[in-house]
Amino acid sequence: MKSYILKRFVLLIPLLLGITLVSFAMLKSLPGDPVLNLVGERASPEAIESIRRELGTDQGFFRQYAGYLSLLAQGDFGRSYHTNRQVSEELNRKFPNTMRLALATMAIAVPAGILLGVIAAVRRNTIIDRMVQAVTIAGVSIPVFWFGIMLMLLVCLHLRLLPPSGTGGVQFIVLPALVLAVPAAATLARVTRTSVLDAMTMPHVRTAQARGASRRRILLWHVLRNALIPIVTIIGLDFGSYLNGAVVTETIFGWDGIGRFTMDGILKRDYPVIMGCTMIGTVVFVLVNLVTDLLYHYLDPRIRLDEKNR
Amino acid sequence: MRKTGRIAGIVLAVFVLVAVLAPVLPLADPYRIDLDSLRLPPSWEHPFGTDSKGRDIFSRVLHGGQISISVAVAAAVISALIGFGVGLVSGYCGGKVDTVLMAAVDFILSFPSLLLAVAISVILPPGIYTVMIAIACVGWTSFARIVRGQVLSYKEMPFVEAARSYGCSHWRIALFHIAPLCIPICLVVMGIKLGGFVLTEATLGFLGLGAQPPTPTWGAMISANRAYILSAPWTVFFPGLAIFLTAFCCNLLGDSLKERSDLRIKE
Repeated sequence: MKSYILKRFVLLIPLLLGITLVSFAMLKSLPGDPVLNLVGERASPEAIESIRRELGTDQGFFRQYAGYLSLLAQGDFGRSYHTNRQVSEELNRKFPNTMRLALATMAIAVPAGILLGVIAAVRRNTIIDRMVQAVTIAGVSIPVFWFGIMLMLLVCLHLRLLPPSGTGGVQFIVLPALVLAVPAAATLARVTRTSVLDAMTMPHVRTAQARGASRRRILLWHVLRNALIPIVTIIGLDFGSYLNGAVVTETIFGWDGIGRFTMDGILKRDYPVIMGCTMIGTVVFVLVNLVTDLLYHYLDPRIRLDEKNR
Repeated sequence: MRKTGRIAGIVLAVFVLVAVLAPVLPLADPYRIDLDSLRLPPSWEHPFGTDSKGRDIFSRVLHGGQISISVAVAAAVISALIGFGVGLVSGYCGGKVDTVLMAAVDFILSFPSLLLAVAISVILPPGIYTVMIAIACVGWTSFARIVRGQVLSYKEMPFVEAARSYGCSHWRIALFHIAPLCIPICLVVMGIKLGGFVLTEATLGFLGLGAQPPTPTWGAMISANRAYILSAPWTVFFPGLAIFLTAFCCNLLGDSLKERSDLRIKE
């Protein structure tokens, strides 16, 4: 197991090299000049030239890429073109915020989604099932930004229960987490329902019934455990995407996280910021996938992680 | 769910019809700025109220629907066409072609899709065509995967072997024997994806990357009136409700299509 995890980490290095090369090439081939974006089109050609030299955008592609890599090797992500702050410092500050928001979201979405899905599956084809299905379809259909604004209007401006926006403690995190959790819980409930229904038809469930196991025991021990693989997959995907930043939610609630940072970087063509965020995103993606794979193995030991042992 | 699917389809058809007919219906001019009637609450004259420039929101929601719905549908059609082509080639050719194309699909799926769409919208000038392209660039991947899966299973069937023995070329088999069989599933996937595309279109509009003002789109209407939610919540409520109901009906329809098609589609 340890060697497997180690192997996955070693594989991360070529992956990161590939991702940086591709993103670097894509950024360089974009129309539009970050320098013009920075100083405006009315700046004198001398000023533009000197900033180009300062940023190093006047050099060839491979020299720029090599320069970036050597900086990266020293743990330096470069400075933002716009704020001139260290990208690594910004990421250090913003990533924990995004992490907290993602954790809070999952803390709401996972129990709610699984519970709804199990209830719908157990009460299959009853009015309860139909209602859960309607609610979950509504949950995935709701535009996040509109829901966020309406919730903010109700809770913060009319009832004055919570602050409308900002980054900080529990009172700031509740609303954005709730807004993100609704579609996540809805998706999870749908997957859980299908997966539990599948697991209920397995032969070992009938055996357990024949042996006289109680309904609760069958559901918790025999059905749910077998139904967990697709559920874990969806949780992993969602968690990974929230760790990469929930762009719209972070924007609406003024949450100082990675999503807004990336979005601002893209809109302002702030290459070091985009590159930094892409790197973080890749690492997060790989780590979440690794944890999901390890969980698969733990949930179902028949799933072998190391190809050689097959 | 069949009945709900039918109802959702009918409601959606009504939405589309009203949106298409918006220019000929007796509505207020969606572009007319009226400084005497800023942010009026809903009334008989203005069923959804007026916005921060005194324009009739009901009329703007209907006209905006024309743009929002057609962009989402166009994006779905483009995605389906690209995905269909890639899936067909990938599944039929197999081997290295398949590996490369599916790696491309995985690569695109590994990016956060909204950020990718935003990046594309930044490269191209903002407008409805950019939004269509941005959505389609991400959206074709699910079509490609599903069509590829179908092609892989059809490829091994006796009728393909029979066609080969008659001397049909690979082109002919792929295009005239296998491709038509994949059309139904493509339509089902379009139904499933449409709701999501409506939401993405609205989100890009909200972020200011879609059709530019004063053109009404649902997402842009929300961001333009966001500052007034406390004094005039209807300016934000109704466009959002339109997005929600459209996406809801699309998803209900997609769901019942999925159920009726009896195909287990892994999304």
